Amino acid sequence: MGMSQSMRTGLNSILSDVDKINPHGTLGINDSVVSSIYYAAESIANEVVSQKEKPKTDWDKKLDDILTSRVFGFPSMLLLLGVIFWLTVAGANVPSAMIADVLFWGQDRLTDLCNYLHAPAWFHGFFVEGIYRCLAWVISVMLPPMAIFFPCFTLLEDLGYLPRVAFNLDRLFKKAGAHGKQALTMSMGFGCNAAGIVACRIIESPRERMIAMLTNNFVPCNGRFPTLIALAGVLVFGMGSTFGATAIVVGIILLGIAVTLAVSWTLSKTLLKGVPSSFTLELPPYRKPQIGKIIVRSIFDRTLFVLGRAICVAAPAGAVTWLLANIYVGDLSVLAYCAQWLNPFAQAIGLDGFILMAFILGLPANEIVLPILIMSYLATGSMTELDSIEDLYNLFVVQHGWTWLTAVCMMLFSLLHFPCGTTLWTIRKESGSLKWTLLAALMPLGIACAICFLVAQSVRALGWV
Amino acid sequence: MGLTNQSCGTRVNKETFTKSTAKVDYVIALAGNPNTGKSTVFNALTGLNQHTGNWPGKTVLRAEGKYIDHGLVFNLIDLPGTYSLQANSVEEQVTRDYLCFQKPDATIVVVDATCLERNLNLVLQVLEITSKVVVCVNLVDEAKRKKICVNIDALAAKLGVPVVATAARDGIGLDKLVKTVTEVANGTLKTAPYYVQYHDSIENAIKKIQPQIKLLVGEEEFNTRWLALKLLDKDQTVLTELEKYLRRKENVTTEIGGELWA
Repeated sequence: MGMSQSMRTGLNSILSDVDKINPHGTLGINDSVVSSIYYAAESIANEVVSQKEKPKTDWDKKLDDILTSRVFGFPSMLLLLGVIFWLTVAGANVPSAMIADVLFWGQDRLTDLCNYLHAPAWFHGFFVEGIYRCLAWVISVMLPPMAIFFPCFTLLEDLGYLPRVAFNLDRLFKKAGAHGKQALTMSMGFGCNAAGIVACRIIESPRERMIAMLTNNFVPCNGRFPTLIALAGVLVFGMGSTFGATAIVVGIILLGIAVTLAVSWTLSKTLLKGVPSSFTLELPPYRKPQIGKIIVRSIFDRTLFVLGRAICVAAPAGAVTWLLANIYVGDLSVLAYCAQWLNPFAQAIGLDGFILMAFILGLPANEIVLPILIMSYLATGSMTELDSIEDLYNLFVVQHGWTWLTAVCMMLFSLLHFPCGTTLWTIRKESGSLKWTLLAALMPLGIACAICFLVAQSVRALGWV
Repeated sequence: MGLTNQSCGTRVNKETFTKSTAKVDYVIALAGNPNTGKSTVFNALTGLNQHTGNWPGKTVLRAEGKYIDHGLVFNLIDLPGTYSLQANSVEEQVTRDYLCFQKPDATIVVVDATCLERNLNLVLQVLEITSKVVVCVNLVDEAKRKKICVNIDALAAKLGVPVVATAARDGIGLDKLVKTVTEVANGTLKTAPYYVQYHDSIENAIKKIQPQIKLLVGEEEFNTRWLALKLLDKDQTVLTELEKYLRRKENVTTEIGGELWA
């Protein structure tokens, strides 16, 4: 539908007048206008703003001198990360065990109830050992670390630390051919990869935005932290050191950042060629975080979020896992059959069939990978109660023959594997392309398999396990 | 308060938090520099929990929320944070096009009391586009801590639009903000915005083509001074939007004409 003649001529005659008045932009309107506006803003500000006395010390500047300095920038970043994870690892143990005690006490009561009602065995198995147990695991393993990690992370965000991280990492991302703001989107990924993908909109160049989107899941989201923390706990079990577990988790995160940079670099040299665009990053003033509000919001919002997701995803996943573990084809359950089929490949990358199966079944949400694995092990093992890291250690190491290599490979796989279903859906929506979404799923999977394979084979060849 | 329930997981794919099916009396735009607390003001007014955080560029989703004042429903649109309206970036263009062509009933420009000068650049540019503006000087608590004093009355007198001081995080000044926005939106509070005076050659050029533009788009609909300036600069993005707008307007008139014929 075109414009009517009169409007078209009206606009055209204006434009031809413009050509006469301002031929080839001789008036230099843009520059002149910008400087006039700046001048006006300055003179108004001078009239209405007064600063009685300069504050004696400029704390913002002092802090920035340390947090963004070439020498102390990275060490202070590591230290902050270390402190947050130490708090999370050390602080999560006790509430985890308490919640597990309560929830598994509840399971026993439900079992009593089923016995009392003479409920059929499949009913008890499906609802109590399947759905209820999976929910209980998700809540007791996942909730405490999140309830601690989130307020800490938010505190830093409110304070204004994230742009400083971006400032520190800018040089590295530039070198990788990516955008400096990718440090910000990466940081959002620690909270939730789907949120990180949407945050990529702050990157203007489509090329750099795509790089940021494709590499976002190499930082563990809040659904994967608890898995990593629990595995780190199993790994240092017996040494009884929360510092050891913290060091492992921090190490995994640094590895994630390294992989992010390496993959960004590779992409910018191959599929998404180009030079990084420059940008100005404003370092906002530090602001006093609203601690009370942060704690209330993080705990309530996150608790509700996790519980909601647990009910939506973990309950069906628990049901499916129970069914797979209890439907027999010949001598083997469907689950054992699948695991056996996956086992040769899984062994080659340092895992076992059940672990790989758990990752596949955990596609809808990363939170449920560990609970599914525990359920599959429990369904095939003899143990029924499990409420501490010690029990977890017994289940994994004593009953299912894990070595330290298995734990390391599972952590690596968890860090690097395909993003969760929600994140993939978000990538599809944000990129508008099925092709890039497929790449976003297959590329991390390939990298995860390759790295795990290399690690497992080298360690075995060297005879370390 | 960081990532919230509404800004995680599958919810990130929901562009707006409330569906605008119910009746809306006024549409209010929320503009401002990045990191001035726009989202905090938005949350405080609408009671929604949009992600807030102390880093520039955080609001990437266009969020909409409602609040009620004196029984009237206000639809608040949180625009992305921008430093100017020169349309150098997507955010700037989105914000500018929204203010110019979607015509909100009033626009709140949130500014940071601790660095007013830089923030005023945006205010002055918004005033060129729309006169129905309320300036919200936020973070006055922060400014006080830094011993910075902003003379609110003098600023209002200078800008010719109402100015409200707020500390949105603690809910201070929000009642007054709501009241002022209502008055500007329903027209009981008339504004006389300050226009930046440009170089004489530019002012003369504007005077030459402004009458023709008034004829084309009408005096009520647009600030023809600003439109003249943009057309003089041959701003392609404005031209495209203007053509779209004229086409839309014409379709409406034809439809009405059609009904009359039938």
